[in-house]
Amino acid sequence: MASEDHPLLRATKVTRCFGKRVGCRNVSFDLWPGEVLGVVGESGAGKTTLLHCLSGHWMPSSGTVSYGDGKNGLTDIYEMAEPRRRYLMRTEWGFVHQNPKEGLRLRVSAGANVGERLMACGLRHYGEIRKDVLNWFHRVEIDQDRVDDLPSTFSGGMLQRLQIARNLISKPHLTFMDEPTGGLDVSVQARLLDLLKGLVSELDLSVVIVTHDLAVVRLIAHRLLVMQQGEVVEAGLTDQVLDDPQHPYTQLLVSSVIQA
Amino acid sequence: MKKGLKTQLKIDETSSSELNGYNFAYLDEGTKRMIRRAILKAVAIPGHQVSFGSREMPLPYGWGTGGIQVTASLIGPDDTLKVIDQGSDDTTNAVSIRRFFSLTTGVKTTERTSMASLIQTRHRIPETPLRPGQIIIYQVPIPEPLRFLEPRETETRRMHALSEYGIMSIKLYEDISVHGRIATAYNYPVLVNERYVMSPSPIPKFDNPKMDRSPALQLFGAGREKRIYAVPPYTRVRSLDFEDHPFRIEKGERSCALCGSQESFLDEIITDDRGTRLYACSDTDYCQQRHMEGQRGSSPGIPLLAAKRFQRKD
Amino acid sequence: MMMNELITVQDLRKYFVLHLQGGVRLSVLNKISLSVYSGECLALNGPSGSGKSTLLRLLYSNYRPEGGVILIKHRQEWIDMTTAQSRVVLDVRRKTIGYVSQFFRVIPRVPALDIVMEPLLRLGMPRKEARERTEGMLKRLNIPGRLWAISPTTFSGGEQQRINIARCFVMPYPILLLDEPTASLDAVNRRAVMELIREAKDRGAAIVGVFHDEAVRNAVSTRMMDMKPAEGIP
Repeated sequence: MASEDHPLLRATKVTRCFGKRVGCRNVSFDLWPGEVLGVVGESGAGKTTLLHCLSGHWMPSSGTVSYGDGKNGLTDIYEMAEPRRRYLMRTEWGFVHQNPKEGLRLRVSAGANVGERLMACGLRHYGEIRKDVLNWFHRVEIDQDRVDDLPSTFSGGMLQRLQIARNLISKPHLTFMDEPTGGLDVSVQARLLDLLKGLVSELDLSVVIVTHDLAVVRLIAHRLLVMQQGEVVEAGLTDQVLDDPQHPYTQLLVSSVIQA
Repeated sequence: MKKGLKTQLKIDETSSSELNGYNFAYLDEGTKRMIRRAILKAVAIPGHQVSFGSREMPLPYGWGTGGIQVTASLIGPDDTLKVIDQGSDDTTNAVSIRRFFSLTTGVKTTERTSMASLIQTRHRIPETPLRPGQIIIYQVPIPEPLRFLEPRETETRRMHALSEYGIMSIKLYEDISVHGRIATAYNYPVLVNERYVMSPSPIPKFDNPKMDRSPALQLFGAGREKRIYAVPPYTRVRSLDFEDHPFRIEKGERSCALCGSQESFLDEIITDDRGTRLYACSDTDYCQQRHMEGQRGSSPGIPLLAAKRFQRKD
Repeated sequence: MMMNELITVQDLRKYFVLHLQGGVRLSVLNKISLSVYSGECLALNGPSGSGKSTLLRLLYSNYRPEGGVILIKHRQEWIDMTTAQSRVVLDVRRKTIGYVSQFFRVIPRVPALDIVMEPLLRLGMPRKEARERTEGMLKRLNIPGRLWAISPTTFSGGEQQRINIARCFVMPYPILLLDEPTASLDAVNRRAVMELIREAKDRGAAIVGVFHDEAVRNAVSTRMMDMKPAEGIP
């Protein structure tokens, strides 16, 4: 947990290249507890690359990503010993993939998927695990009867909610989301967004959410980074960036949104 | 090293007709040394899988090549070898393997657990408690206990290295949610020396407690997968479970039809084509000892069957 | 600075660069300075395009200025909103500044009651107490009970505006920014809002507002400031 003197997450000039191709370049920001940071931009802007660098999946080519752990202050996550980083990825950090199938074990029951983080932390009481799991099913509005079903029997929206429960059950301090509403029906999207909004405020979550949908960030993000061709072209509070866009690309993005 | 030299001399002294043209115990000395090194490493890290250069053996993978290679690396002229398959000394595989070692070593063999210095086994642990100084060698098909949930070797190695065993709990959780209890009946995963999760090979879970703090050295060989692992004497071996679903062996009400034992693991034997069945000790040596001591079961009077089972073949 | 000064603005400049229209520059505010004190209601006067709404948005940090300084008294400290970190600005909005905008952006699917209650819950007020206060406020603004559980997306313009106002006045903000708060309201509700503004002044809030209705403006404001469209090219 971050204290008053340091943020929860600090990115300093994060750059990731793939040979000559630039994924993201020179991205810097601080994230404080309880903040939701949206990262927007068109496809190929480097948003997902940035997210994977921030979440410990891909080491940046240059720059640092530091995590504010209450006890030790800010620590470079790629300087950390691998066991510690993997432990954080299982407990204090969450990652919600765009395709929920990438973030779930498909051959294992829905309940086991949600309970896994508890078991990975050493909880070995079946009854308690199950109780916590059922509680989360309720929270993400999945019928508790489905707890022993395989994920292959779930719809896209339900899979995404299952993935969210699987991540949030360990009450992560920091959650990364990659287009969590992508590919879903509009009404399903809406329901998922409402759920996310509720959970963010109820659990005081800190989130970095990548999306190309401005309506999503308008609804749940406090702050925004606008990316174009790998670089951050504009940053600020969500309403600042969307109501008073300064950069030409941001102005283009905002004006392109078709109002329903 | 010294022993190796001694053996070498003895081999030279022995006439080739006794060893039938094979090197002592079939494998060349270099291979035996490599395997012994692997065994030492395995003993030093209880439960950890050590790679070894598994050789082509005169029988296909899946028939005990791993166990045979471990036995072959350890066996010496002064050893006494017992080979069992599913607890029995007289099944085809046990007989074949025992004959293999007779042929290539001339070493004494026995069916008596208490008299063996080396015991090679497939899928059971003998009922008779083992003594210090004895070595039991298990034949293992799949050495990796995490394989069923994680197909990548790179990932399972990492999980063992970092002690990330959460997915084992998932398997147990699944069992309980589907069956109401942990339903794994054999190859029940264990935690060795409070550090490594290990597959005990497909022995029934009934046998798991025998592994805990056994006075004997327990070695495990997987030929196809090319892994050796070990549990040194008196090492803690704990079967995985949940706090509210602790590991338990279900004791049935049955007893052995031949010797009356209610403690041993029983095989189901169909005796005619009308489905008549009886239950008898899986461990033939154990059953015979009890029978010789005068213990009798409910159907000791199946003379033909009893005689067949107790036919001694020294 | 005096003890009860709550807002200080110095040499504020705001212009827009419309990149999608060839980079045209629109200057809106040219070196505006002002101070607002506790208990005051400053009315911004001027024709359309003189930057009244823009100034309110700048004070709320919804717009970012091209020059100048905006100082807000936040919990005994002066914060320069033009340079403050995001989380500080968010904290100021949560605790110090309430804003009634001209256009109410409706959050879909959230019931009216929850929208109005949110500022209180966010600060940790127990749900029961928050609910009581919210219901009281909604009653004052004549929102019938049958509408409380419904999302304002289907409300009339006037009803939406009253939800907006309720959300702002349910918290005793030290600073209020009101942009045409009575625009879509009938006489009864206009009076209700004027009453709320008076109460806010009495408890020491500093208010900056835009009121097109002359009668309302004269009734609630203690001071006026004339604004002209910005001259020249920035």
